[in-house]
Amino acid sequence: MSEKVLMKGNEAIGEAAIRSGCRHFFGYPITPQTELSAYMAKKMPKIGGVFLQAESEVAAINMVYGAAGAGARAMTSSSSPGISLKSEGISYIAGADLPCVIVDIVRGGPGLGGIQPAQSDYFQVTKGGGHGDYHLIVFAPNSVQEIVSLTADAFNKSEEYRVPAMILGDGTLGQMMEPVDFDSVPEPKKADKSWATTGTGLKREHNIINSLYLSPEALEKTIIERQKRYDIIKEKEQRYEAHDIEDADIVVTAYGTTSRVVESAVKTLRSEGLKVGVIRPITLWPFPDKIFAEAAKTAKAFLSVEMSMGQMVEDVKIAVNGKAPVYFFGRTGGIIPTPQEIIEEVRKIAGGLK
Amino acid sequence: MAIVFQKPHALTDAPFHYCPGCTHGICHRLVAEVLDELGVEGNAIGVAPVGCAVMAYDYFNCDMQEAAHGRAPAVATGIKRVHPDKVVFTYQGDGDLAAIGTAETVHSAARGENITIIFINNTIYGMTGGQMAPTTLPGQVTQTSPYGRDIKTQGNPIRVCEMLSTLDGPSYIARVALDSVPNIKKAKASIKKAFQNQIEGKGFSLVEVLSTCPTNWGLSPIEAIKRLQKDMLPYYPLGVYKDIDNENK
Repeated sequence: MSEKVLMKGNEAIGEAAIRSGCRHFFGYPITPQTELSAYMAKKMPKIGGVFLQAESEVAAINMVYGAAGAGARAMTSSSSPGISLKSEGISYIAGADLPCVIVDIVRGGPGLGGIQPAQSDYFQVTKGGGHGDYHLIVFAPNSVQEIVSLTADAFNKSEEYRVPAMILGDGTLGQMMEPVDFDSVPEPKKADKSWATTGTGLKREHNIINSLYLSPEALEKTIIERQKRYDIIKEKEQRYEAHDIEDADIVVTAYGTTSRVVESAVKTLRSEGLKVGVIRPITLWPFPDKIFAEAAKTAKAFLSVEMSMGQMVEDVKIAVNGKAPVYFFGRTGGIIPTPQEIIEEVRKIAGGLK
Repeated sequence: MAIVFQKPHALTDAPFHYCPGCTHGICHRLVAEVLDELGVEGNAIGVAPVGCAVMAYDYFNCDMQEAAHGRAPAVATGIKRVHPDKVVFTYQGDGDLAAIGTAETVHSAARGENITIIFINNTIYGMTGGQMAPTTLPGQVTQTSPYGRDIKTQGNPIRVCEMLSTLDGPSYIARVALDSVPNIKKAKASIKKAFQNQIEGKGFSLVEVLSTCPTNWGLSPIEAIKRLQKDMLPYYPLGVYKDIDNENK
């Protein structure tokens, strides 16, 4: 029998990371992710791991670069303004093909913004953040239990593809407590890390962790090679949860905390006889465009609900590709949409369809 | 036939890209000789900076990582925390270490991170073509201080050794120069000590190496050495600024 414990989302990330073999965590305090750093500070010294509070988010992500380049399963975490600071290092990590896991517990922005939950960093985490042609594999859990399995997946997928992975949460997900077990964390996979800087032992050519290619031909070659891995990821790693889309007139989509609100709104709407289905992206990059394309064959309209002014909705539009109108509803700045607001929005769209 | 001089094993066969008369070549060689003499090349992991030494990863035979501008001490920290038994060093210039990377430098020193830092001070940004550095001397003409560095508007140079030696973390802080054979020998001894300290687990060591940049100073290599002696040595006095071995005696 699995034992369930009551845990905050932020702490569950920490425990799942440790169980996934992460022994190197480099942090810097920022609300609302600080419980994760605190958890690692408490746990790591007891299990022979490293918790280091860096002098800045910039230093922390570069410590991850060094540790990942040295072959370790390394992690850092932050929230929106801190992710902006880490973006330089994330670009270098992507450019050097290093696996690692970055946690972003999103808060309202721009600037110092606020400390309440938001989803206004979707563009930042899926379209770049840092400079250059690169992507992160972005996982967006919607429960503390799912945080656990996705944290384990993030480490494994990151190493499989040598692409940095991100766990994208929000203040609500990070702070709320839910019962959770860790049965879904598999034994850490042993990845081939013959590229890592571990000392040559005078037995092999030196390994170089690097993102600099002064020859345009050489640089283009590395980018195209990486793009091929991205293409495989787009083909094989799209994840989502969907229900009631076969007969749906309207498909509502949301990720993370917002998807939980959408679920209760859709329950009410279906009880009223409205044919409403749900697609919940679990990976934001790769965006699960195939299920949207499939749903667009029969659905008459889509609604993207976000805690932003409309960011994921752009990917929904690309995926739906003009087959149906795509609407948007969002609250932002730390405000979570209510079920009633979503219900009214769907009713409005349904009214227009008749 | 007896071999009287050869390339250190810790250097690759890649030809240096450095300008004629630049002292980076000497410093690379000193570091490589020390790695050879201590027998740690196979155990070493180096971190290259952004600046003229950006391609140091092609020159040192040990495993290498290329860091973002100024971040080498953070990268080295990450490596060292994964492999405490390995010899981890950074090789950085003055813009990298004392401007954009000041926080990483100061905090790795304050933590007493058990790494070795080789710090090239040539009072100018070389790679980008000769702009004012945090170590540019008062009155020194550069591309971005064309009328001479005016300390009223452009601030004062940073004396890195003096600043870091106020911290409790470092075990060894020294300033050396590459202007003469005796000083080059002293420089090598300091570099060796900075690596030995790490091997013995004593903590953070930094050697500041006063160097020349004939190209961006607009001087011949010989004139550049003279400038180092005349202008830099009085402002940046050579010597050991911190050595816990002496403090403990």
